[in-house]
Amino acid sequence: MTKAISVAGLHKAFGRTHALDGLDLSVDAGEVHGFLGPNGSGKSTTIRVLLGLLRADSGTAELLGGDPWADAVALHRRVAYVPGDVTLWRNLSGGEVIDLYGRLRGGLDRARRAELIERFELDPTKKGRTYSKGNRQKVALVAAFSSDAELLILDEPTSGLDPLMEGVFQGCVAEARAAGRSVLLSSHILSEVETLCDRVSIIRKGRTVETGTLADLRHLTRTSISAELAGPPNGIAQLPGVHDVEVRGLKIRLQADTDKLDAVLRSLADSGVRSLTSTPPTLEELFLRHYADDVHGNGNGADGGVKAGVSR
Amino acid sequence: MRNQLAGTGTLLRLALRRDRVMMPVWITVVALLVLSLPASLESVYGTGAERARLLGTMNTNGSLRALYGPVFGDSIGALTAWRGGVFAGVLAGIMSLVIVVRHTREEEETGRQELLSAAMVGRRAPLTAALLAALTANGLAALLVTAGLTGRGAGGAMALGLGIGATGMLFAALAAIAAQLTESARLAKGLAGAAIGAAFVLRAAGDAGSAGGSSALTWVSPLGWLENVRAFAAERWWVFALFAAAVAVQVAAAYALAGRRDIGMSFLPARPGPAEGRLAGPGALAWRLQRGSLIGWSLAFLAAGVVFGGMTDGAAQLVGDNERTREIIERMGGQSGIADAFLATMAGMLGMIAALFIVSAVLRLSGEESGQRAEPLLANAVGRLRWAGGHLAVAFGGSALILLLAGLGLGIGHGQGVAAAVGATLAQLPAVWMIGAFAALLYGAAPRYAVAAWAVAGGALTLGWIGPALNLPQAVLNLSPFAHLPKLPGAEALAWAPLLVLTALAAALLAAGLAALRRRDLAA
Repeated sequence: MTKAISVAGLHKAFGRTHALDGLDLSVDAGEVHGFLGPNGSGKSTTIRVLLGLLRADSGTAELLGGDPWADAVALHRRVAYVPGDVTLWRNLSGGEVIDLYGRLRGGLDRARRAELIERFELDPTKKGRTYSKGNRQKVALVAAFSSDAELLILDEPTSGLDPLMEGVFQGCVAEARAAGRSVLLSSHILSEVETLCDRVSIIRKGRTVETGTLADLRHLTRTSISAELAGPPNGIAQLPGVHDVEVRGLKIRLQADTDKLDAVLRSLADSGVRSLTSTPPTLEELFLRHYADDVHGNGNGADGGVKAGVSR
Repeated sequence: MRNQLAGTGTLLRLALRRDRVMMPVWITVVALLVLSLPASLESVYGTGAERARLLGTMNTNGSLRALYGPVFGDSIGALTAWRGGVFAGVLAGIMSLVIVVRHTREEEETGRQELLSAAMVGRRAPLTAALLAALTANGLAALLVTAGLTGRGAGGAMALGLGIGATGMLFAALAAIAAQLTESARLAKGLAGAAIGAAFVLRAAGDAGSAGGSSALTWVSPLGWLENVRAFAAERWWVFALFAAAVAVQVAAAYALAGRRDIGMSFLPARPGPAEGRLAGPGALAWRLQRGSLIGWSLAFLAAGVVFGGMTDGAAQLVGDNERTREIIERMGGQSGIADAFLATMAGMLGMIAALFIVSAVLRLSGEESGQRAEPLLANAVGRLRWAGGHLAVAFGGSALILLLAGLGLGIGHGQGVAAAVGATLAQLPAVWMIGAFAALLYGAAPRYAVAAWAVAGGALTLGWIGPALNLPQAVLNLSPFAHLPKLPGAEALAWAPLLVLTALAAALLAAGLAALRRRDLAA
C-alpha cells in the first residue's frame, strides 16, 4: 500500500530543547490516523515539518511521495491543513477566507462549500474579529473539507466545537475516508480518535512510543471484568496477568492482561458464572499508561502507570 | 471609585516590566537628542554676534522657520530649544502613543486583557496604568533634559524638559482616546500618529507665516505650544496651563468613552462582510491588508506636499549675510537657489519619513508570521517568495507612490515646476528602498530582531534632521543612505551614480533577505 506520510528518525531541536527525538510516523493512503501525545510532545512540530514550515535537523520525511521541504508548494496543492489555533484577519469575512484558501489550493467545490457552511451552521459574512474560537475553527474546517485535497492534516481541529458540531466533524471525516482521502488527526478528544481512526500513533517527548490499530494496542493492555459467581472464586488471584482483585461475597472484580484472558475465564467458569461484564480497555487507558510514565520516571513501563489513571 | 482602580499598581508594574528595554531606550534617545546639541551649537555659533545674526536670518526666513520654528533668543540654551525642542517633542509623542496603545487596545485585541480583567482589576485600572506608564517615561525624559541643561540656566532647562514631557503626555492622552475608538491597535496608533503629523504640519505652516511664532495656526498645534514655552528666552510658564487643560480634557474624554463600552469593543460597529470572497492570491491579500494604511499615507504625503510647496516662496526672502547660515542651509539641502534648496530639503524630509512607511509595510510580514496567520496560508500551494512578494510589492511600490504624490503636492503648492518637484521626491526612492531592503533582510535572516529596522529608519531621520547642525563628521552623516542622494531640484548635473549604486545595494539586500527567508524555519 502506498504511504500518505512516512517519517523515520526525525530530529528537530530548538536551541537546547529537543522537540523531536527520532520520531517515526507512517500513515497509509486512505486511512484515518490518530496522532496522540501529551502537550509539548512534538505533535505540532511534526506537522510543521510535514508542511515544510520547519526544516528537520535529521531523519527522513515524505509527504505524498514528495519531500515536504523542497516540494512544499506542489505538495500543498494536494494537502489541506487545519491548525489547532485558527487566527483570521480581523477585517476579512469568514467567506472571504474560505475562498482565499480555496483559490490558493487550486479551487474548491462550490456545492460542497455551501453544504458545509449549512451543516456547520457558520455565518460566512461575519468578520474575523467577531468569530468565537469554535467559529474560527469552522472557517478552517469548511475550507479544508470543501477542497479536494488527498491528505487532510488536522491539528486538534475540534478543541472549540460544541458536541453537535463535533458530530458534524466526525461525519465529514468519515466522508473523507469514504472518498479515499487520508487523514492525520491530532487530537486530545479520545472518543473522537476511537470512533474515527483506523490506526493511532502515540508519541511522547518527540518519540513514537506506540503505533498500530486500536485492536493491536488493546492487546497490550488490560480488560476489566466483573462477575457474579455461583461459588467462591478459586485461586484466581494467583493466576499470571491478574491484577487488582476485589472479592465481595460472590461478586468479583478484577483486571486481566488482555492476552491472559483465557485462563481467567476458565477459572471463573470453574466457579460457575451467573453474570459477567467485561470492558475492553479504552483508548484513554492506553493513553494514560504512556502519559503516566512521566510520573513514574520509567520510559517503557508496561505496568505501574496504569493504576493511577485507571482505577479512579 | 476605589474599586474602579483596583489593581492599577500591579498593572503599572506589569507595564514597566514588559517595557523594561523599550522604555529606557526611548527615554535615552529623547534626552540625548537634546543634550548633544549645546556643545555642537557652540562650535558652529561660537560668538554672540554670530548667534545674533542667525537670529535675524531665521526670523526673516519663512521657509527655515517652517522647518525648525522661530528662534526666541541668542543664548546657546535658546538655540538648543529651537533646534531640538520640537523634534524631541515629536519623539516623546511617538513614545507615548506606543506605550498607551500597547497597554490598552493591544491588550484587548489580543485577548490578554480579558484574563487580567477577570482578576481583581478595576474597570478603569488598565487605562490608568497605561497613562501612568506614559507619565513615568515622560517624567524621566523631562528630568534628564532638565538636569542635563541646568548649567545653561535652571529656568530654561526646566521649561524645555517640562515642555517635552508635557507634549508627550498630551499625545499620550490623545492616544488614550484613539484606543477607545478603534478595535485595532494598529489603527489606534495610526490615528494618534496622524495627529502628531498634523500637529507638525500646522506648526510649520503657522511659523512660516509669521515671524513671532504666534500665528493662529501655530496655536492650534501642541507642537506650537511647545516652542512658545520659549525656554531660555523669558519663559512663558502660562503655556503649561494650556497643556494641563488639554491633557485633563482628553483624559476625561478617554475615561468617559472607556466607561461606555464593553471590553474589546469599540464605537464603530462591525459590519458584515461578503459571504463569498474574491481575493485571488497572496498578492491580493497583501494589498487588501495594507491598502488602508497606504491610502492614509498617500493623503498625508499629498497634503504635506501642498502645504510645504505653498511655503516655498517665503524662501526667496532670505537675507543671508551669515556665511555659516548659508553653509548650514546648503548642508541641509540645496546647492544653488534658496527656493530650490528649500524644496530639496522638504523632499529630503519627506523621503526620510517615507522610510517609516516602508519599514512598517515590510514588517507586516513579521506581524503576519508571529500572529500565526502566515502558517495556514503557507500550508496552501503558496511559496514563501510569492507570499512575501505581495507585501514587499506594497512596501516598495507604495513608497514610490507616496513620494510621487508628495512631489505632485510640492509642485502644485508652489505653483510651478511640478516635474522638477516630482523628480526631487522620486530621487529619494533609492535611499528609502535601501532601508526597506534592510528591513526585509532583518526579517528574513533574523526575524526576532526585525523591529530593529525601526531604529535604522529612525537613525537615518535623526542624522538627516539634526545631524547637519551638530557638525558631525561627514563619515557619520554618510551612514545614512539619504546623505548620498543628489540635492534636487537645483543640481546642475544629475548624479546618477549614487542612485544606481543605492538601488543595486537595495536589490542585493532584498535578494539576501528573501534567500534567508526561504531557508529558515517559520516561527511557531
